[in-house]
Amino acid sequence: MIDVLVVGGGNAALCAALMAVEAGASVLLVEASPREWRGGNSQHTRNLRCMHDAPQDVLVEAYPEEEYWQDLLKVTGGQTDEHLARIAIRASSSCRDWMRRHGVHFQPPLSGALHVARTNAFFMGGGKALVNAYFRSAERLGVQVRYETPIVAIELDGDRFVAARTASGERIEARSCVLAAGGFESNREWLIEAWGVNARGERPAENFLIRGTRFNEGVLLKAMIDAGADSIGDPTQAHMVAIDARAPLYDGGICTRIDCVSLGVVVNRDAQRFYDEGEDFWPKRYAIWGRLVAQQPGQIGWSIIDRKAIGRFMPPVFPGTVADSLPELARKLGLPEAAFVDTIAAYNAACRVGTFDHTALDDCHTEGLAPAKTHWARPIDAPPFYGYALRPGVTFTYLGLRVNDQAAVHFGGRPSPNLFVAGEMMAGNVLGKGYTAGVGMAIGTAFGRIAGTQAAKAAMKETTHAAA
Amino acid sequence: MQQLDALTREAVALAGGGARVIPILSVPEAEVGRQMQICNACRYCEGFCAVFPAMTRRLEFGQADIHYLANLCHNCGACLHACQYAPPHEFAVNVPRAMAEVRGQTYADYAWPPALGRLYQRNGLTLSVALAAGLALFLMLAVALNGTLWGGRLEGNFYRLFPHNLLVGLFAPVFLFVVFALGKGVTRFWRELTPATSGAPLSAPAAAEATQAVLRLKYLDGGHGEGCHDEDDAYTLSRRRFHHFTFYGFLLCFAATSVATLYHYLFGWHAPYDLPSLPKLLGVVGGVSLMIGTAGLWRLNRRRHPLQGDAAQKPMDLGFIALLFLTSASGLGLWLGRGTPALALLLCLHLGAVMALFATLPYGKFAHGIFRTAALLRHAVEKRLPNPVGLGAD
Repeated sequence: MIDVLVVGGGNAALCAALMAVEAGASVLLVEASPREWRGGNSQHTRNLRCMHDAPQDVLVEAYPEEEYWQDLLKVTGGQTDEHLARIAIRASSSCRDWMRRHGVHFQPPLSGALHVARTNAFFMGGGKALVNAYFRSAERLGVQVRYETPIVAIELDGDRFVAARTASGERIEARSCVLAAGGFESNREWLIEAWGVNARGERPAENFLIRGTRFNEGVLLKAMIDAGADSIGDPTQAHMVAIDARAPLYDGGICTRIDCVSLGVVVNRDAQRFYDEGEDFWPKRYAIWGRLVAQQPGQIGWSIIDRKAIGRFMPPVFPGTVADSLPELARKLGLPEAAFVDTIAAYNAACRVGTFDHTALDDCHTEGLAPAKTHWARPIDAPPFYGYALRPGVTFTYLGLRVNDQAAVHFGGRPSPNLFVAGEMMAGNVLGKGYTAGVGMAIGTAFGRIAGTQAAKAAMKETTHAAA
Repeated sequence: MQQLDALTREAVALAGGGARVIPILSVPEAEVGRQMQICNACRYCEGFCAVFPAMTRRLEFGQADIHYLANLCHNCGACLHACQYAPPHEFAVNVPRAMAEVRGQTYADYAWPPALGRLYQRNGLTLSVALAAGLALFLMLAVALNGTLWGGRLEGNFYRLFPHNLLVGLFAPVFLFVVFALGKGVTRFWRELTPATSGAPLSAPAAAEATQAVLRLKYLDGGHGEGCHDEDDAYTLSRRRFHHFTFYGFLLCFAATSVATLYHYLFGWHAPYDLPSLPKLLGVVGGVSLMIGTAGLWRLNRRRHPLQGDAAQKPMDLGFIALLFLTSASGLGLWLGRGTPALALLLCLHLGAVMALFATLPYGKFAHGIFRTAALLRHAVEKRLPNPVGLGAD
């Protein structure tokens, strides 16, 4: 019998497998996807939010524990667990040498991301390069890897893990198990059920795009909740970004984001603005716009800019709709022409342009307009005009299994002795809502490593019991 | 064709709008443009090489930009294995392949005389014919001059078979033509690239940096020093090392010939030279190094991941590798067999291979070093200037 079974093939699963094998356990890792799609959402990531008290190789200045914690507290609006959050934060300060030993390379921030030079260490080549490195290291250390092996159910003896069952009916026994199989973002039925029907009679989740992997169907998450595991979080909470409406249904990843929101205005299907586009720097706001668009009729919005914005934001993956006049743009975008022209005219008239500076929270704002635009407000009057349709893009869901500081799955408030969980399947313990760059990887790395260590320990204990 | 039609229409529309005329892109060029649009919105690969930092200086990719980026690319494979949008993703991003296809096209497009650019299209055949012709030339000459290919009264001195002036008369015009043809091609390439890469002239620091990148093969180091890719996602320094064996081996052989030429004309010291003379020392070390390098590159090329690079260019790559190997192996064979009756035959083999190698230098894989060096020089110029694209997030 294998010592440790790891379910999943992303960052958290690989961290768990590596720690377990380093602790001397025999490890089998089962990944639901084929090899070329391995890595879950980790293949779309690019950095790790790191606590550090002094400059550290690619990280400048300092990002102390307290500041990290306050940032997390702010984005989650208090929906977090301070004890678990601080474990992840502290772990982020010391895990990078271990990551390097397993082949991960770090680099200074990418162009367009210098604002996180202090807080985030970037993976050279992004998350897929990290996943490749971990798989190579795991195989070198003797971890068995099986692809296209989705686990659909866990066999329990009370709160003890006994075996896992694959989609094809195979039963895999192990002395302990780490679940790291991701959220349920690519399960459309579950999203629709969670989001329900809105006041307009729409089912908003029908119009969501999935930025993340197509393999996170939440089958195991649901099976665990049905089997009595304690859950945590709200199923409608997720990392949700406003992305290009033309993005592929799955795996759109980073490049489908639309970064010009703060440089123009965003209107809904009725050509009405609905939120302050200039509230803060776009990288600090982009994770709220998925939900904002999800609340609009038809779950769609349009980011509108003029020539002045070109070259001041990350180039979009698809070209925008271009027009030489506002009525023409409205017609091309399929927006009500008169209402669109009125909205832009009202906005233009309300702009109080001071000194425009897209690199600072400048003094260009609107007056007497609702909703206001508090920074970077300049009239949209320089043709050509550009429009980009926006849809909510779900990266990952936050509903997960409740854990303690040993990453143990809980049943009725009691921790399982040999079943652990890491990554998106438990990130909701720390991240009840909201997001800040690189925190998903910080949680996945910290709790993946804890889960791997604990699973190896639990397996050794099982062996000792069996021998006695 | 649909793609071409769409591009044509776009170009006409833009021209009609009084904007500017965009040269109509070939299908491989349009593919690089499409992929760069995706990469520019992602940028995860920025740390690997020069291509991606150069890309971030652009919002649109015209023909000159595409030719430039394609020749900056070293086909190291890092961005393919790290790519979240690589096949089977529907975006089907494969930068090394797209760049290789355009690169192959630029060699042909910039070849001089233009008509001979066609020799790239069936390069395996080109090299085979050149080798056959080179061998035939020297074998026939040998029979005509010596009466036999085996034995004869050469006494280890190959000038008794082919007099020095005959060899100079045969090789000097070919060599001068090669230099001229490659010079013409790369000059045209440079002129196209310059306006697309800031237009600024080459400065000494830029030249020094690019020279270092060429001599050290900086962009096969993966950006982290662990190397590039061959058959899978693991890093390896072997491609860089075997390239170095090949490149420096070639240079040493070339140096051997140059020193020998100086000996001949300046000092009247005539070949054959033997150890420990300088030409022989350079030639033996260079020849052995070239054999090791080409044998290694052959093996790596055959094992390369099927998605990486342009499979249609394999005959060109392997043909060039084989010709270099044959040249070095026959050179060493000639030295070892100089006292035997096989001297005439070995000499014909070596001279035929050298002739085929030199005659095809402007129409084969050799061009990659020339065009890539030009692109690296332009990159070293461009990167010293402020980025023309000023993103807000920075």
